[in-house]
Amino acid sequence: MNEPIPLSALADGQCGRISSVSLTGPIRRRLQDLGMIEGTKIKCLQKGPSGDPIAFFVRGTAIAIRQKDASLIHIC
Amino acid sequence: MGLTAQSTGRHAADRFSERQQNHADYIVALAGNPNVGKSTVFNALTGLHQHTGNWPGKTVAGAVGHFHSHGYELNLVDLPGTYSLSTNSAEEEVARDYICSKKAHCTVVVCDATALERSLNLVLQVLEITPHVVVCLNLLDEAKKKGIHINTAHLSKQIGVPVVGTSARNGKGLDRLVQKILSVCRKEIPVHSYYCRYPPLIEEAIQDVLSHLPISEDNRFRALCLLDNDSQAVGKGEEEAAQCAARWQNSLKQNNLLPLCDTIASSIIQQAEEIYAGTVTIHTAQTDQRDRQIDRILMSRKAGIPMMLFLLGIILWITISAANVPSQLLSQFFSWAGDGIAQGLILLKTPSWLQSLLMDGIYGTLTWVVAVMLPPMAIFFPLFTLLEDFGYLPRIAFNLDHAFCKAHACGKQALTMSMGLGCNAAGVVGCRIIDSPRERMIAILTNSFVPCNGRFPTLIAIMTVFFAGLAAAPLQPAISALLLLCTLVVATCMTLLISRLLSATILHGMPSSFVMELPPYRRPQIKKVLVRSLCDRTLSVLSRAVCVAAPAGIVIWIMANITMGDATILSHCASFLDPFGRLIGLDGVILFAFLLGFPANEIVLPIILMAYLSSGTLVEYESLAALHSILTANGWNIITAVNMVILCLFHFPCSTTCLTIKKETGSFKWTALAFFLPTACGLLLCFLFTSLMRLIGFA
Repeated sequence: MNEPIPLSALADGQCGRISSVSLTGPIRRRLQDLGMIEGTKIKCLQKGPSGDPIAFFVRGTAIAIRQKDASLIHIC
Repeated sequence: MGLTAQSTGRHAADRFSERQQNHADYIVALAGNPNVGKSTVFNALTGLHQHTGNWPGKTVAGAVGHFHSHGYELNLVDLPGTYSLSTNSAEEEVARDYICSKKAHCTVVVCDATALERSLNLVLQVLEITPHVVVCLNLLDEAKKKGIHINTAHLSKQIGVPVVGTSARNGKGLDRLVQKILSVCRKEIPVHSYYCRYPPLIEEAIQDVLSHLPISEDNRFRALCLLDNDSQAVGKGEEEAAQCAARWQNSLKQNNLLPLCDTIASSIIQQAEEIYAGTVTIHTAQTDQRDRQIDRILMSRKAGIPMMLFLLGIILWITISAANVPSQLLSQFFSWAGDGIAQGLILLKTPSWLQSLLMDGIYGTLTWVVAVMLPPMAIFFPLFTLLEDFGYLPRIAFNLDHAFCKAHACGKQALTMSMGLGCNAAGVVGCRIIDSPRERMIAILTNSFVPCNGRFPTLIAIMTVFFAGLAAAPLQPAISALLLLCTLVVATCMTLLISRLLSATILHGMPSSFVMELPPYRRPQIKKVLVRSLCDRTLSVLSRAVCVAAPAGIVIWIMANITMGDATILSHCASFLDPFGRLIGLDGVILFAFLLGFPANEIVLPIILMAYLSSGTLVEYESLAALHSILTANGWNIITAVNMVILCLFHFPCSTTCLTIKKETGSFKWTALAFFLPTACGLLLCFLFTSLMRLIGFA
């Protein structure tokens, strides 16, 4: 498919599939627990009042993460 | 059902104690993702009232309850919610260690039927450790409404353990759940362990390590732990197996299977995905449409923050206007009953000092607390609980996370602050939902910057009397509510400021991450919440009034009636503090009342009144208007009132909260800091405000 773009670049309502997660440490585990691994379908729901954090829809649940972390997850 | 008597105050930090589990026939552990209704299932089975609410992480301390069924006594252990058994957070460790300890005869994994895929993840992990599992598909009614159909029979066949659908809120399916729990405990159901499939090389490694392990039910899990060498210390008798696991590291690395936890996690997620696809059919295209529409308003760029203030303002307005009526009725009743009791005491020929002690000391303070303090507390609590049940609190955290990030803290702190509105002790315990230890400490230290329920009535009374009182009567509650809202905003800003300061100094560090689930909105069980929460709050405030206000009444009466030298003990104390009090725009009595109010914030104002009244100016205090005349007669003006509000917002947390902070941080130093930090802020602000006013000639 297309070139990978950072998750934070998704516009509201757009979908993608995770191609890589370049986060390390506890947050990587936490996202894994929520089912965010390579190949997972993800949809951007909306951004917070000041553009951060961002809410995503993953495997049937809405999950909020910060922009800084979302920029280290790539989708294609 | 919101914060309850069991989740606030001195019980806030209680964890499950082992002692209680000894007598039961069977022990059942309750595991599950956060916010799937575990506590609701727990309460429904045991008849207890653990705090429930629609946000992930509110059960931070495990609870133990017991119930009887078919002649057996079962102990139920409510474990903290976990997304997985592999993560490093302290709460998840509690859950994992408990399941691994095999103390439980049966582990019930509660799943959210509306988000089964994620729940299955945990089910598969638990199945790796123990086959004695019952899966409880909770929120089945909600799933049905959303057009999600789950083939429970098929699911049960796939994972080899019983699956029971429930709607714990309405009590549906619980009988069958208990039946299945019993048959698993009594080993009537044949055990079919479901094993997760891993890539072939890992399977080979597991088999190799297994051959060195003593035979037990969970040794496949032990083998995995050993292979994933950073996860746990090697147990007794496992040294050989650990060496074997170490030999495998190289070939696993060469095949790109390390870190092993990543590979294991993705294998489990993939299998959960497969099982999910085979058992769930969704009839409507958009199951979450309504939630997203509400979110677009409540979390939007423009309306997010204003809506938050609006909702809070409405709650405060209802609280203040609705509290007026019961407040007046109660004072009238108490004044009538007081006359009766006084008459009775005279008839009984009780000595006059005893009459005075009983009536002016105990009765006066007690009834004041009940009449003025109780109504706002008993009304605010259930209303806030409705918002909590609805699922709004995580949205507050979402909206405010950016601000907290700038303060180098975590947005979840907003959740702990919300709990602090109810009870600071509960808020401090709630800080366990924050993973980063540094950010958690910030949240604990700053929690008492948010006024708890016990301080609300004082704030409301002062605001109504000194500020809103100037407006026309029908507008008064609205103005008081607006002012109270402003003080809450000030308290929040102060929290952010102090958090930033702490991050720059003793708790130096950068903000970590913020990952939070935004749960689906749920229709709150309005009637049930109102009745239960109201009764609960009323009872707990009443019992506190008896335990704290009555003794405080005695103390203050004695101090006001025993003379040493030329004055009473009370006036000695007050005049000792007076110069300092005057310096910051207050007086000695007020400072002394705050000190005496250490056990409970709601007795500060009654103590002030008692002290003023005992020194000569006897005025009946039946209504808030009378309050105004008592206070002004003792030298209060607008500036004193503002200072009182400031000090009420920012002073040392109550004794219960201090004890909780000591328990949670395990350190005397941090507790001392939590004590002095808000106090210093309050005193400094009062001093600055008063000095400014004096400078421009207002005082």
